[in-house]
Amino acid sequence: MPEELVTQFKETYNDSPAGKICIVTMDNGEDYRKPNSFGLGGMASLNACMDRVEAEPDVKALILTGKPFIFGAGADLTMVPEVKTRELALEVAQTGHAAFKRIIDLPYPTVGAINGVALGGGLEIALACDYRTISPGAAAVGFPECFLGLIPGWGGTTLLPKLVGPEKALQIIIHNALNNNRMINGKKAFELGIADRLFEPVDFLDKTFEFTVGILQGTEKVERTEPDWSNLDALVEQARAVADSKVHGNSKAPYIAIDNIAAAKDNTIEEGFALEDEALATLIPSPPMQAGAYAFDLTQRRAKKPVGVPEGAPLPVRKVGILGAGLMGSQLAVLFLRRMKVPVVIKDIKQEFVDKGMGYVEQEINRQAEKGRIDKDSVPWLLNLVEPTLDYADMADCDFVIEAVLEEMPIKKKVYGELEEHVSETCILATNTSSLSVTEMASDLKHPERVVGFHFFNPVAAMPLLEIVKAEKTSDPALITAFDTGRKLGKRCVLCKDAPAFIVNRLLLRSMVETLKLVDEGNDFKEVDDALWAMGGPMPPFVLMALVGPAIALHTNETLADAFPDRYVVSENFKELVARKKSGVYGPDGQVDPEVREFWKQADPPKKIEAQEMRDRVSEALADECWRMLDDGVVGAPEEIDICMIFGAGYPFYMGGLTRYLDYAGYSEKVKGKKFHPDA
Amino acid sequence: MARELQEVYVIDGCRTAFGKARPNGAFANTRADDMVVKVIRTLLERNPEVPKDKIDDNIWAASTQWGDQGLTMGRTTAILSGLPVTTPGCSVDRMCAGGATSASFGASEIQVGAADLIVAGGVEHMGHHPMGEGADPNPRFMSEKLVDQSALNMGMTAENLHDMYPHITQSQCDEYSILSQRKAKKALDEGKFKDIIVPMTTWSGEGWKVSDKDEQPRPEATLEEMKGLRYPFRVKGRVTPGNSSGLNDGAAGVILASERAVKEYGLKPKMRLVQYAFAAVKPEVMGLGPVPATHKVLERAGMKFDDLSVIELNEAFAVQAIVFMEEFGMKLLDDPRLNPWGGAIAFGHPLASSGCRLMAQLAYFFGEHPEAKYGLATMCVGLGQGAAIIFENVQS
Repeated sequence: MPEELVTQFKETYNDSPAGKICIVTMDNGEDYRKPNSFGLGGMASLNACMDRVEAEPDVKALILTGKPFIFGAGADLTMVPEVKTRELALEVAQTGHAAFKRIIDLPYPTVGAINGVALGGGLEIALACDYRTISPGAAAVGFPECFLGLIPGWGGTTLLPKLVGPEKALQIIIHNALNNNRMINGKKAFELGIADRLFEPVDFLDKTFEFTVGILQGTEKVERTEPDWSNLDALVEQARAVADSKVHGNSKAPYIAIDNIAAAKDNTIEEGFALEDEALATLIPSPPMQAGAYAFDLTQRRAKKPVGVPEGAPLPVRKVGILGAGLMGSQLAVLFLRRMKVPVVIKDIKQEFVDKGMGYVEQEINRQAEKGRIDKDSVPWLLNLVEPTLDYADMADCDFVIEAVLEEMPIKKKVYGELEEHVSETCILATNTSSLSVTEMASDLKHPERVVGFHFFNPVAAMPLLEIVKAEKTSDPALITAFDTGRKLGKRCVLCKDAPAFIVNRLLLRSMVETLKLVDEGNDFKEVDDALWAMGGPMPPFVLMALVGPAIALHTNETLADAFPDRYVVSENFKELVARKKSGVYGPDGQVDPEVREFWKQADPPKKIEAQEMRDRVSEALADECWRMLDDGVVGAPEEIDICMIFGAGYPFYMGGLTRYLDYAGYSEKVKGKKFHPDA
Repeated sequence: MARELQEVYVIDGCRTAFGKARPNGAFANTRADDMVVKVIRTLLERNPEVPKDKIDDNIWAASTQWGDQGLTMGRTTAILSGLPVTTPGCSVDRMCAGGATSASFGASEIQVGAADLIVAGGVEHMGHHPMGEGADPNPRFMSEKLVDQSALNMGMTAENLHDMYPHITQSQCDEYSILSQRKAKKALDEGKFKDIIVPMTTWSGEGWKVSDKDEQPRPEATLEEMKGLRYPFRVKGRVTPGNSSGLNDGAAGVILASERAVKEYGLKPKMRLVQYAFAAVKPEVMGLGPVPATHKVLERAGMKFDDLSVIELNEAFAVQAIVFMEEFGMKLLDDPRLNPWGGAIAFGHPLASSGCRLMAQLAYFFGEHPEAKYGLATMCVGLGQGAAIIFENVQS
């Protein structure tokens, strides 16, 4: 376990017109880039601090605040992997409660001065105070616990509903957490009644001090709205429905949190804390929470420092070329413009294609300006950076050209060959191919070492993952530049060997092939969808197929079938679906399209199986494919697979992406006799 | 169009506490520009009738203008204080008289009709920026003997002043310093500084603290103790840390308004600027500066020294204060007109901030003494200058 970066609780005593005021500062000794977090060492420091504060005579009030820019980012999640037993988890829970209770029990007014980030335990320690002030500079306030597979169990499910009522508590603890871990800001927290005063960041603590003096002198009055518990049942039902749709019962956390919030109506604080102790004792050692902490750590650290990138300085990317002005090319143009603000040349073979692409770029840049994501005044300048063309010669001074032409090898090779006549020897050639061999694409070039795969996910603006493909001859500078460019485009980049469909699509297709097989064998579309969605993916598989587009999915399936004919058998029914230009198996009403039902040939007699068996089949297929990818060196480590599945396929934290789920659900061992994470 | 000259009023003034300029000083971990922001926000908060969008200039002085005192601090602190983005600002420098210069420059903007409302002040974080930091004096100063080497060391210039006035003894200086400490202590205890010094929470290794008191005052200092102090500037010298002002971190500022603004916005001025003047002397005896500056400002104002009820003299060194008192026939060593609430030997002297500290102190002294009609703020300046500003009490 990494050693705990202990958040120290240090107190100063300060004179005021209302007497001695204690300021307790939470500080882990690092700057804002390493926020305060609470582990057992931090709780020991809080207890020691409380010993001193309680012994200090004549204290009239206490202010609790954080180091500059940071209040508290919550429990130290790096300790979670070590908390494998119920006993230890209970100790963690009770230690936090006991320490926070000492703040609650202080005989004078206490003020939580939320000067910055306040998440999880950070927000809970503020709730342990009598009053709270908050700064609009607190960019992230919330309870991410349920997102991770935990509950806010150091008082969150007890104190928050008692303060703001069940509706807002459920909003923050359940709805926001399960909605991709949505945070609120300081201003919103004030509006929701979490804080009693909103003070500007510039003199936030000065004003909090004045407020505290005012409380003592009776010149400040805090008015709060009584929590409204009248609609509790409906609110609980609504929250449970959201939990069902997001975690399908796989993670117990949100359900327990909902129950605790409801129980806070009649519970004393002590009773609420006891419920929380019990919940944490159960949840922390549970596999979904262990996976959640793992996933959180991956996204916070490993994903930000891609593994396997050679050391060295990237080449400058001062001008970018895009081959193909279709939907992908246009989206890429918008991305480069927004993020890198470099000149972009966009080329296609016909003026009408280029015009259409330019139309999209213009519309999209304007739309983003409307939404305030781009400074409106800069729109004409940004649009002026795009240069449409039909001529490769206009790309002569590009440092980086990405192709997004038709997914056909001869076309790709042709445009690369033509392009190479015009660009410099060091110009990076990237390809957005989703399944073709990057090595082959580069094979006829004079400088194949400059070619690199740059695989985005659709929609490009929203999907955070970028698979960066090292082909056989890809040089270090080209790879370094690709990663640097990916980072500047705001993407999480994962290194991948040149192999069919790379990482995410290879896994999703493996899952889809198995899914189709289940239907072909005689199971119903809906049953299969429901059974597999309950595993934890972001949506049912046939809904995903419709989103991706059956034709594109089929194309990737066929590429994979060429490479791995035994595992990626193309369903004849699926081919027929695409041949009939169906957008999916469901009609607009959400029911199976009668035409699809008509042509889809299922086994006769049908071999129907139970939902769990369906999940087993797909999970085992995924485990098998993960092992193969690792064995073949397609991807460096299970962690990279998980980063890909989280950012590229929306797999949940409580599955730890994918491989942690395959481990804890027993599939890794079943398939290969060992776990992806034997030490977890 | 005919030019109409405007009177200039001081609406309010305040300062941060003055910390010791060292690694464990109260402001060691606080940025100089944040101290400025504190002063600006405080002045505007407690004078809400001053419209923020009508401030014509935000003028700030610092002797060292880089790092947290760089980047045209007058403009950066306007933005950082939350003033409208339309508020201009600039930075000025006259070393120890930086604050006096920003105020007099602002006053002149008002007088000639270029401005109606001005925020002016000075800051020096001597912990972050030791005196002369980064300076590269022209070698001609030495090769042509334009100045003596001692001119660049303020303590040495004080020793030079002793050479020039050999009858002024160390024990007189020590006694003067103790008087200054006692006066400061009395005024502090009586709450005279409750509106002058603005509490500010500051970051330190021990967490956040409220810095609301000057760190330098030593009210308990005795003559005996003073005798035992070392001479940092000269063997067998006379200048000690006890009879000097010290190295400090602090910021001070004022709001200035034209007569027109006073009327239009219903402001309640504390004093009217009568006249200001700058003068210069040999750099080796820079402590003399207030003498010619005061003569000059009196002459230009058509006033006599005895017209002044109160003199706020920045005590860079006790010897320099005594020279000033002798020159103007004041009662040695405790003329009641001089620094009635104590001076820099007690409070400290964060170079560019001191001018506005004197003005704030004068403004609040006037408030308690309606009988005091005129007051002078004056100070010596490194490299041999003096600044002097006369104010009229309008709080009666």
